[in-house]
This record gives sequence, structure tokens and C-alpha cells, in this order.
Amino acid sequence: MTEPLVSLSGVAKSFTLHLRDGMRIRVVDNVSFAARPGECVVLGGPSGSGKSSILKMIYGNYRCDTGTIAVRDGDEIVDVAKAEPRRILALRAHVMGYVSQFLRVIPRVSALDIVAASAAESGLGRQDAWCRAERLLTLLNVPERLWSLPPGTFSGGEQQRVNIARGLAPDRPLLLLDEPTASLDAANRAVVVRLIEEKKKAGVAIVGIFHDEDVRDKVADRVVDMAAFATEKAA
Amino acid sequence: MTDSEHPLLTARGLSKHYGPRIGCEAVSCDLYEGEVLAVVGESGSGKSTLLKLLATETPPTSGSVHYRMRDGAVRELFALTEAERRFLLRTDWGFVRQDAREGLRMSVSAGGNVGERLMAVGERHYGRIRGTALDWLGRVEIDGDRIDDLPRDFSGGMRQRLQIARNLVTHPRLVFMDEPTSGLDVSVQARLLDLLRGLVAELGLAVIIVTHDLAVARLLSHRIMVMRHGRVIETGLTDQVLDDPSEAYTQLLVSSVLAA
Repeated sequence: MTEPLVSLSGVAKSFTLHLRDGMRIRVVDNVSFAARPGECVVLGGPSGSGKSSILKMIYGNYRCDTGTIAVRDGDEIVDVAKAEPRRILALRAHVMGYVSQFLRVIPRVSALDIVAASAAESGLGRQDAWCRAERLLTLLNVPERLWSLPPGTFSGGEQQRVNIARGLAPDRPLLLLDEPTASLDAANRAVVVRLIEEKKKAGVAIVGIFHDEDVRDKVADRVVDMAAFATEKAA
Repeated sequence: MTDSEHPLLTARGLSKHYGPRIGCEAVSCDLYEGEVLAVVGESGSGKSTLLKLLATETPPTSGSVHYRMRDGAVRELFALTEAERRFLLRTDWGFVRQDAREGLRMSVSAGGNVGERLMAVGERHYGRIRGTALDWLGRVEIDGDRIDDLPRDFSGGMRQRLQIARNLVTHPRLVFMDEPTSGLDVSVQARLLDLLRGLVAELGLAVIIVTHDLAVARLLSHRIMVMRHGRVIETGLTDQVLDDPSEAYTQLLVSSVLAA
């Protein structure tokens, strides 16, 4: 069997709120799972069970208190929990992508440029990046008349689809999806499912959170139940 | 090892005391090519003192700053001769100041402000200097027909953009920025930030930017150092420090701003 692209082992996370007299909020405890190339692992469980926190820890956006988060970069294994900022930035450039449900709007940059620039980040040539951006925006039903405009003025749904196009445009071996389909209509959800299938066929490992059951059932190879990693909340 | 695996700049144990008062205490940091480091903190935290030390504008009480020159030699900056230091400042470095009047020559035309830096690196051909100046005015979105105007006739935002053109025309590898966007209207600020972001990525610049504005740090920087009372209290990936701050003071800073 191929080696995992990401493997978590004994991962725990808590927040210490210094402004609340050092109150400690424990989020998850002893999280262990792995995702291999071509596999989509879905994190399941109610809101507040720490699913997003886990994606953010893999991406290096949240610190990891204990445990290891091993991400494979070619022949090298990098432990995100202990890696230098520079190493994490290099992983983000070449190995792992993160798609949330919100577009952080960059003023004055057009929708097409945003998506194409994202494709180019992973090493795609200029022409290929543009072609891919156009394909994704077309598939995701973003009207062509909007492509040359900055998405700041788009509707919420249009912004979200630009965001998905941007997140799926680059070729990276590991994708972290934080509810990318939330509040999309059925037609666009189906498009996202198809794009995820394409990624899996290309050997991408995916760790995702999907609240829509239809999407989850279609893309998930495995569901990791967060209840297994719950902390004892009572203190 | 390739150059990108060696830091461009390495500071170790930098301290600056003004008599009994601490300007900055035992600061160490590395900066690599193409990396943007934000130094944040409230006024009086020592962030501007640190910038002055790193840019060799003031000598440290103790500590060292090493810099990898264009020829690959690593030099201790405070051991450079004054001539070497000035050459570095004019060619391989840029310094974008909060007050454009300190970074520009107000009685010299816009084109002259940009051209002057080119002449400092040996360019003598008038036509080429003017051509390059014109090109750079365009890149910072200043109309070419303003090339002969004085910066004192420019708006605050235009002056700041002119200062950027003046600094980048010699293709420096390292640019220091001291609150480059504060003092500007919000809309002007957004345009300037967007321009800076594009230029920094396109040119692969290493930048050390001092700002009290966490939103500016988030938009521009890869890494961040939080300073308080002259010391670095927290450092790491910018989004990690802002989204999951561990120190009490950083949590206070982050929670005190509107949607940074």
C-alpha cells in the first residue's frame, strides 16, 4: 500500500484564554488517522467537535500542542507540529492546499486572475493556468461577464464558487477542504463532487469536512468520527 | 547548499539601551530571500528601534547583524566602513518611511527622485534614466506626465508610491518599511497595500515591515514578531500567531482590533 500523504498521531489541542483568567478549552485529544494518495477522508461529528481545528493544525494555521502531524513532501516527512515557519510555507506552496468556505477578497484583482494565479502557484505555466481557471469558472457556473471583475462585489454564492475554483486550481498532492460546499445549490454541489473525484483519480489525498450528506456519501472513502477524540469537557 | 538555504540577514542578541531605558533587548531573527517579516507591537514596544538597528541607522549596545552581500560574502554590518554601508543602502537595500518627506527629496522632480538612485549605481545615460524612471512611475500607478512635477504637489498616497518606486528602481534584495501605510486614508491605504503585495511577490523581495496594524501584517507578511517592552514575546507564521496567539499580550492585541 502507498505511504500516507498525511498522518496524525496522538494529536491534542487546547486553547488557553489569557484574557479569561487562563481558562483552558480542550478541543481534541489523541487524534490519530491518515490519508493516502487518491483517498478522501471525511471528518464527521457535530459542530464544535474540533473538525476545523484539525484541518487548521494540519495546515499549520493552529499550533499543535502534542503529537505529530507527518506530511510527506516527496521523499521527506515533515512534522508540521514542530516544523519551522519556512518549512510550513514551503509545504503550503508545493504540497498542501486549504479551501475554506470564504473568499478572502483581494481588492482590485479579477476573479479570473485570482484563480489563474492560484493555479500558477503550484508550478503550472501561464497558459495552462489560464485555461484551467477558465474551465473551473465555467464548470462552477460563474458567469463569464464577471470574470474580469474583482469578486468583492459578487453575491455570496458567486464568491464561494470563485473560492472553490481558486482552491482546486493548483496541483498539490494534499487538499484540506473545510465545508467548501456549504450553502451551494444542488447543481453546484454536483460540480464540486465531480471535481473532487477528478482530484482523487489524480492521486490527491483529501481530508475534508462536509455537512451535506449527499456530498459526503459520494466523495468519502472513510469517515473519521470525531467523537473518538473528544475531550472530557467537564472540569 | 543554494543561496536560498542561507539567511540573507541574521541578527543575534541585538540590544539598544538609551541610558537606563531599554529600546530593544536581546532580539534575534533570521530573514531569508523573498521572505516578508512583520514586526508588530504598540508604540514604545521597540519595533522602530529594532528597524533602525537592523538598517544600521543606529549602533547597538550589544549584539550583531550579519548580511549576505551580493557577492555571497557574509559581513557583520557594524564592521562595514561608512562608504560600504552607504553603498549597501543605496543599491541593495531600500527604506520606505512612514513620512514620505523623509524618504523623498521634496525639491527634486518625481523623475529625479527615481533617477537619483539609478545614478548612485553608476547609470549615466540620461535617456535610459528617464526611460526607467517613467517605467517605474507607471508601475506604481503615477501618470507619466507627472514626471517633472515636484513631490510636494503630490497627494499623500502618490508620495508614498513615489517613495516605493525610488526604493525599488535599483532592484534591492532587502527593503525596510516603517509604517508605510499609516497616515493615509483607508481607500488609499488599500491601494498601496495591494500594490506593495504585488511588487513584493513579483520581485521576490525580502522585507522587514514595522506596523502597528495587524491587518497590514496579515496581508503582507509570511512571518511575524510581536514586541513588547523592547523584547520579542512571540514569533511564528503570521496566520498562526494571529489566529492562534499563545501569549497573553498577543491575545490582547488580536482581540483589540476589528477583524484583523
